[in-house]
Amino acid sequence: MTERLGIVVSGSLNKGVEVRLDSSTSIEDMVEGRFVTIEGAKRRFFGMITDVSLGMTDQRLSLTPPDVSDPFIAEVLAGTSTFGTLHVSPSLVIGGDASAILEGPQPVKTIPSHFSAVKLATQEDVELVFGTEDEKRFFIGNPLDMEVKLCLDLEELVKRSNGIFGKSGTGKTFLTRILLIGMLQKSRAVNLVFDMHNEYGWAGTREGGPPVKALKQLFPSRVAVFTLDEENARHRGVSTDGVVKIGYDEIEPDDISLLRQTLNLTDLAVEAVYQLYRKFGRNWIQDTLDLKGVEELPEGLSIHEGTLLNLQRGLATIRRLPFIEPHSPVNAVQAIMEHLDRGTNVVLEFGRYRDITAYILVANMLSRRIYAHYQSRVEKADAKGSMRPQPLVITIEEAHKFLNPEVAGQTIFGTIAREMRKYNVTLLVIDQRPSGIDSEVMSQMGTKITCLLDNDRDIDSVLAGVSGRNELKSVLSKLAAKQQALIFGHAVPMPVAFQPREYGSAQSYKDFAPREDVKEDIEKLWD
Amino acid sequence: MAEIERVGEVIEASTTGFTAQCYELYQMPPLGSLVKTGDSAAELYGIVCNAETTSLELGRRPIARGRDEDSEEAIYSSSPQLAKLLRSEFEVLVVGHREGDRLYQHLPPQPARIHGFVYQCTPDEVKDFGESFDFLNIILNAHLPVPGEELVAASLRRMSQAHQDRRAFLVAAGKELAILLSGNLNQLNAVLGRIKL
Repeated sequence: MTERLGIVVSGSLNKGVEVRLDSSTSIEDMVEGRFVTIEGAKRRFFGMITDVSLGMTDQRLSLTPPDVSDPFIAEVLAGTSTFGTLHVSPSLVIGGDASAILEGPQPVKTIPSHFSAVKLATQEDVELVFGTEDEKRFFIGNPLDMEVKLCLDLEELVKRSNGIFGKSGTGKTFLTRILLIGMLQKSRAVNLVFDMHNEYGWAGTREGGPPVKALKQLFPSRVAVFTLDEENARHRGVSTDGVVKIGYDEIEPDDISLLRQTLNLTDLAVEAVYQLYRKFGRNWIQDTLDLKGVEELPEGLSIHEGTLLNLQRGLATIRRLPFIEPHSPVNAVQAIMEHLDRGTNVVLEFGRYRDITAYILVANMLSRRIYAHYQSRVEKADAKGSMRPQPLVITIEEAHKFLNPEVAGQTIFGTIAREMRKYNVTLLVIDQRPSGIDSEVMSQMGTKITCLLDNDRDIDSVLAGVSGRNELKSVLSKLAAKQQALIFGHAVPMPVAFQPREYGSAQSYKDFAPREDVKEDIEKLWD
Repeated sequence: MAEIERVGEVIEASTTGFTAQCYELYQMPPLGSLVKTGDSAAELYGIVCNAETTSLELGRRPIARGRDEDSEEAIYSSSPQLAKLLRSEFEVLVVGHREGDRLYQHLPPQPARIHGFVYQCTPDEVKDFGESFDFLNIILNAHLPVPGEELVAASLRRMSQAHQDRRAFLVAAGKELAILLSGNLNQLNAVLGRIKL
């Protein structure tokens, strides 16, 4: 049992309760974000400290402060005339009445009575709320300032689209890697990762340190790495399972309209794409690029000269992408689908083609086709009453480029995010500018994990619609610049700030993948 | 156990206090000390809140006698009757009572009896009494011939001597006072200033 911190003196359900600290409790030991339990008369409440403040019984004390250089006076006044108060948001009821014991933590619908005792949450309390590591739950980190494990139910997590946000350099990539490993181990879902910066497949970078191992090195049999840039993969010593090439004939007008901003196309040019596609068919890109001027346009097409030039310039940018070929010998979608069907996670590395045009084009094209496959298979399975395909999670970076309000309606990702789990496909969105993402898409995300954000618009967009927003806002803005994150939403019973588990040391690899070859690696380190 | 020191005899009593006369001139207990009176069935506890030495006969004031004497003692030794013509009295504020084994820090049902003997409390009794600080409220609310904060400070200083950890006792008392005097910062500061070690 932990010692009593203080007692509840006032509060409301909406705003949380005020706790007056006992004189024996030092206010400087109280930290925002720490968990406490409140022993009500009938129920036990579980909540988080969201504010810490100083109070005094007589305002004149602030005008004529006592002589605190005398330790006696200071000690007498501490906790009596001057005292600390905590603001606690109770968020769950743990135990007390029968339903709470049977069904586990319940959301609060009332508040504790006056003068209920407040204590620090014990390990058991936190485990009761966040669970312990088991077949379904995956340990992702420790709540701030606590030694207990924060475990996520990943089966539950992948049922909805999720988001990981945070400024550049706050640890989004590390967090994503941990989450991907978790999904790989503890859920039935397979992952398709569009890996723009080559961070997830073979090895990832670490600021001021040697590279860290990524998925393929830890789970060779369960991860396949595809690349767009074979040469680069060879240079980096990555063993790939396939090379993705895209034929001109695989590109459709919808793919171009998504690239409108990056290719700097006018609205008319995008309109012209559809006309040209209707006229030329699958070979439209080559045919359009071969046109020498408006006079060569087939009959029935009225495209202004400037528009055509604008379009040709844009298409030439695409043609210059090295992985684009007139005709692709292998069907990349097919190859990736085969892996996914076998339950193998697929990481698509972009090699040197980190250009946003390439990323948007490829991610969108592949996802659309894979999603179409899934859609038809789910529909068939439902019609026959047979097993649905394995859930698929598509991981995309720089999500605001796909999901901004202008294009979210057109891209496949907008559709996936909105229709969610209907077809067993969900998104894992990684982004540094959440304010750039369509609010409709944001509102459909199940669980959000956010590292430090300091732009007001980003913070507002991440926290939109969450209860206790103001409290979370202050927690979020006080996260450390690195390795601290706030998680809230569907997969956790209450919002919690946490420190992601360690990733990158030999021991951490062993914890993730307790297998023989990793053990060998560790032994090698000692040699 | 050492014999309990008898310090006087009640000569005037009311529910809130009593006055006792000392058997010897100037032998009154110190200001703020805890005294008791009554029998073992019902004991009254009080705090010495005032003391005076006056002429035995009202209206007959002492006169100065020391013009030709070298020292104060010499006055008394050359006029031995003085010790019989003067008397020392002390006033006690009743702050609690004992019924059987229980100690109550509130006013007793009956006042002290005239000619009851008054004893100085032993350190153990003082320590027991100091377990609770409810008596502070009685002192602060009483009409006293001395300022309330002076008496509170004096009584706490004396009580603290019966405790091993004087400082802890005084801090605990100070905290109680801080709550009682939360609306009167100046009085609180005055008391705290008088009890700090």
